[in-house]
Amino acid sequence: MAVCIAVIAKENYPLYIRSVPTQNELKFHYTVHTSLDVVEEKISAVGKAMADQRELYLGLLYPTEDYKVYGYVTNSKMFRKLHNSFTDVMCNPFYNPGDTIQSKAFDGMVSAMMVQAS
Amino acid sequence: MMSPTQWDLPPELCCRPMAFVALTGLDVTYNAIHRAIWDAFCANRRADRVPISFKVLPGDHEYPKCRTKRTSYEWYIPKGILKTGWMNKHLNLVPALVVLFYELDWDDPVWKEKQSECATKVEIVRTSLQGRNTKVAVVLIQKKTPLPPGEDLVASERAASLCNACDLSGKSLFVLPHTDHLVGYIIRLENAFYEHAQTYYYTEIRRVKSHKEFLNKTTHQLLFVRHQFKIAFFSELKQDTQNALKYYRTAYSLVHELRTHETNMLEIKTMAGFTNYKICRLCFQHNTPLDAIAQFRKHIDLCKKKIGSAELAFEHTAWMSKQFQSFGDLFDEAIKLGLTAIQTQNPGFYYQQAAYYAQERKQQAAHMCAHEVRYPTPDPLETLSGALDFYGQRAWRQGHQSIDPPDAEKEKVGIQALQVKEKDVPHSELIIALLSNAVAQFKKYKCPRMKSHLMVQMGEEYYHAKDYTKALKLLDYVMCDYRTERWWSLLTSILGTALRCSYLMAHVKDYITYSMELIGRASTLWEDQKSRIEKNLIKVLMNEVPEAEPDCDPASAKAAQALWSDRVSLAGSNRFTIELLNVGILLQCKARFLSPSFHLDDPVQLHLYLKADCPHPVRFSKLCVSLSNQVLYNQFCVVEESCKSQDILEPLSQENMCLVPGKTRKYSFKFVAKTEDVGKKIEITAVDLMLGTDNGRCVLLNWRGGGGDAASSHEAIQAARSFRSRGRVPEQHAQWDTVSIQASTMIISRVPKISVQLSHKPPALSNEMYCICVSIQSNEKTVAKDVKLTAGLKPGQDANLTQSTQVTLNGLEVCDESHPALLPDIAIGDLQPGEKVEKSLYVCCVTTGPRIFLFHVAYTMTTQAEGTDITCKCHKDETVTIETVVPFDVAMKFVSTKFEHLERVYVDVPFLLMTDILSASPWPLHLVSSQLLLAPTMVALDEPQSQVEHVVLQTGECASECFSLQCPPVLNGTSSVASGQYLISWKRCSSCADAPVVTTVVTLSHVMVETIPLYVHAELPSFGRVRESLPVRYHIQNRTGLVQDVEMSVEPSDAFMFSGLKQVRLRILPGAEHEMLYNFYPLMAGYQNLPLLNISLLRFPTVSGQLLRRFLPSRIFVKPQGRQAEDASIAAA
Repeated sequence: MAVCIAVIAKENYPLYIRSVPTQNELKFHYTVHTSLDVVEEKISAVGKAMADQRELYLGLLYPTEDYKVYGYVTNSKMFRKLHNSFTDVMCNPFYNPGDTIQSKAFDGMVSAMMVQAS
Repeated sequence: MMSPTQWDLPPELCCRPMAFVALTGLDVTYNAIHRAIWDAFCANRRADRVPISFKVLPGDHEYPKCRTKRTSYEWYIPKGILKTGWMNKHLNLVPALVVLFYELDWDDPVWKEKQSECATKVEIVRTSLQGRNTKVAVVLIQKKTPLPPGEDLVASERAASLCNACDLSGKSLFVLPHTDHLVGYIIRLENAFYEHAQTYYYTEIRRVKSHKEFLNKTTHQLLFVRHQFKIAFFSELKQDTQNALKYYRTAYSLVHELRTHETNMLEIKTMAGFTNYKICRLCFQHNTPLDAIAQFRKHIDLCKKKIGSAELAFEHTAWMSKQFQSFGDLFDEAIKLGLTAIQTQNPGFYYQQAAYYAQERKQQAAHMCAHEVRYPTPDPLETLSGALDFYGQRAWRQGHQSIDPPDAEKEKVGIQALQVKEKDVPHSELIIALLSNAVAQFKKYKCPRMKSHLMVQMGEEYYHAKDYTKALKLLDYVMCDYRTERWWSLLTSILGTALRCSYLMAHVKDYITYSMELIGRASTLWEDQKSRIEKNLIKVLMNEVPEAEPDCDPASAKAAQALWSDRVSLAGSNRFTIELLNVGILLQCKARFLSPSFHLDDPVQLHLYLKADCPHPVRFSKLCVSLSNQVLYNQFCVVEESCKSQDILEPLSQENMCLVPGKTRKYSFKFVAKTEDVGKKIEITAVDLMLGTDNGRCVLLNWRGGGGDAASSHEAIQAARSFRSRGRVPEQHAQWDTVSIQASTMIISRVPKISVQLSHKPPALSNEMYCICVSIQSNEKTVAKDVKLTAGLKPGQDANLTQSTQVTLNGLEVCDESHPALLPDIAIGDLQPGEKVEKSLYVCCVTTGPRIFLFHVAYTMTTQAEGTDITCKCHKDETVTIETVVPFDVAMKFVSTKFEHLERVYVDVPFLLMTDILSASPWPLHLVSSQLLLAPTMVALDEPQSQVEHVVLQTGECASECFSLQCPPVLNGTSSVASGQYLISWKRCSSCADAPVVTTVVTLSHVMVETIPLYVHAELPSFGRVRESLPVRYHIQNRTGLVQDVEMSVEPSDAFMFSGLKQVRLRILPGAEHEMLYNFYPLMAGYQNLPLLNISLLRFPTVSGQLLRRFLPSRIFVKPQGRQAEDASIAAA
């Protein structure tokens, strides 16, 4: 189960970020932000080799002592759910791509994927 | 004992173990030879030499005593895992080999005495090493170079005797001749020593292994670990790293099999840490870094939860931190030796984790050691020897191995002592050092965000350590990274720390800056927090002391209050300029010129938008926009109001100088540009807004360019895409996001009110004086002064066009190359409103093709804008593309007098030149005349006269002329000769009478001229009549210098009867002419072929009759027989 889920825009700013409320939110924000180093490196490396057959799932970005950070560039099953929900958000005619995501449906789906706070 | 380095690994663990060999009998201080020997052993040891650590010891050195060998382990209970002195003992105290150096030559005169002295010395060493397996060797230092083995009989005999006397094997006696090749001998010696040492460590390993059979698993668990560790360590000394690794791994798993309880947890962890360190080190050394990482992960997973005593939890985190740090060091060291690390697996992560545990340790220490307790006396941490006997044990209960502590009171005092000691540890220093190690690593492995994150942590640690200056420096450095990445939550957190730092230092300017940014829209603070900060900000602006920031240490806050009070009472330094380069603060500013360009006679309009994002209204005292290149304009772009300090708190929303939260306010500025700025760019260099007044504190906010911050450009893009922007919004509530910054505008010249019209008849004919009529009419309301026309070929076209185009205003004469392609600044004078002038421009285009012509009219005039007179320079450009075509095509050909096409002409034989002039002009052409200018190689048979004079050619019409010509003799029989030129004078029919005539010169083509040896021409009437005699005279001319034999015959013909010689052979003298007369008698009417005359030259068989026949008429018209009588009668009648 996830403790923090974030959707990042291609300009590296957060479109959506949510973590389990029991823990230090800021720490998760930092973890997500620092993992972008690895995402950036992976994407640039892939871009050079094969732009077409680029694997969207980036896999384990890096292990921290307590958590594992996985990256996924927008198309695995946990991510498929997230992606479908994200697609729904993008299909909303009132959503302006690039704005932060404020959707109850998306919130609900993310909550289902996260560790349930007791 | 308890020092900050308590957790550091002992140096004897971290070093690379090398065989220890002791050298005795060397006097390195006073004996030069001994010194040289010692230097050869230890100075500049290269990596390829055997790993031995040498030490010079006196001959009577006391080696550590060997304890009596235990014969049974039955009643033995071990007191600990590993003694603290053990590693050092085997590295530096107990040698594997003791070498005795002794000066003795084989032929020494007092050999016997020397031999017994040497034996005594060996005996002393042996006694000292009683019970140890240490080997003893003797090296004889000799002055003479030894003879090859076997040759020196005395030497072998005495060597055997010495060995016997000293109880040495032959392998342990060496000779060191003190000659030139000292280093070479030494290397051979040390290789031999190394072998002895290896044998020693091998026996030591065997000795320790042999203990195993006496051990049992219940009481001797500790010994299992100890023995494995010792075997591994001896293997390392033996340089058998593969086996060493194997034994350390066994030792490691045995450590974790030990029964753990609170009292021995530290000892177990310490030994596990040591063994893990050795394993990782060897894995890196064997170039298997993944094994090292896997071992370390396993080690951490196994030990993470082994906290031990809860009251000493900080010890566990300290230990964890050290584990990560030393692994990071090992990893880094391996990289320096050539290992490649990657972004996701580099030493930085280990240093970072070490820092994390150091932070934990600090927190635990702060929590557990908070109580005020004095350090207990007597010191429970003091031991008799000053050091511990075993690694990882407690000073107050050394050797104690049962589950419960022997004395609860002692235990309590001991823990208390440790807690008090922990208080003095400079935690922040340790954390910062680890973080900065990590920063250096992440910088190397392309992790800028991780680096920033660690720098934030460093900054925060400095803040906790109360080093606010350093904290601010670091935080300020990373802030802009988070700003550009737009991670507002992180930025807000950093700003909060920065604000506390600046508050605690009473740093006014920074305090204001950070407050403003925290109030601004990028901050993720709650409204009530923003409100609190803004109230503090207002206080500061009024030169009052702000409230303390929450979360500040109370004592520091108190000190800060005092600092602030000092600041308040201090006069001066109350004016701050804050430069807002990309920093989003409580106010947003956007400035835009209404248009990217303004005409000189229109006032330049500039709108400035301000919006407050703060919870409370803001009042400012001055607003000004600074523009580039003209200080003159700035006066127009100022909003100012003198307000008093106390007014700040009671703002009136309708006032111009007050900004209501969330509302956009627009300020319009207008000014007239200066004439000299035409063509220049005016830029907004800065927008300055003054908060506060000169009485209190005064803050000048300075936006570079047209305002905006890190977020605004992105917001503008989002707003432009948003569906909301499509809705209609009243102008007054213009949506902030949709306002885009336009920081510069161009001043362009006034739109000319003048018309320029061109009339002409295209296309232009090449070489003619083509007339373009320009009419300029002023539509201005005032006088257009100093009108100037620039006309001609537009510059910037093909350079060849400039050469082949000439322009003039005088249409009466033909241009030549002295005329320019462009006529600049033709003065026209002043034009009254509505006045019109015309100018004719004549263009002569030598080559065909399109050309662009430019007509540029410039003038000055005076107009009014915003009530001021301005002089404007206006200009209007008109361009036209004119095609130039050839007026006509001239074709020419050479024909014979029979109008037959000629490939070549013959000397002195007349021929005709025919010319055709085909009009290609769309306009009628008037051919004035034509003229033939013959080359000297050609003569006209009659005076050539133009046959096309005053002919008018319509499009497509053709005019032809014909000239009879002849060629004088040429030098060589055949040559190509020039014909001459054909001149055609013409003009357009439509041009006026006095327009110049254009003469087009056509160069006639060359022609081949051939000399013929014989020329024949016939003399005959123009027609014949049936049955009437027709006399024909053939002239045959010999044109050579030789006598010619000519054979002539006339072929019979149905159409003629004839009299004369039918076949004849003649001889013609050089240059002479022979005449032949025939009387033909036509039989049929109409065009009849004359009887063929065959001529053949015996000397020139090449000259065929066919060729000659070309000079002769082939047929003649024969009229039918006339009725002469009738004719006569008719004539008579």
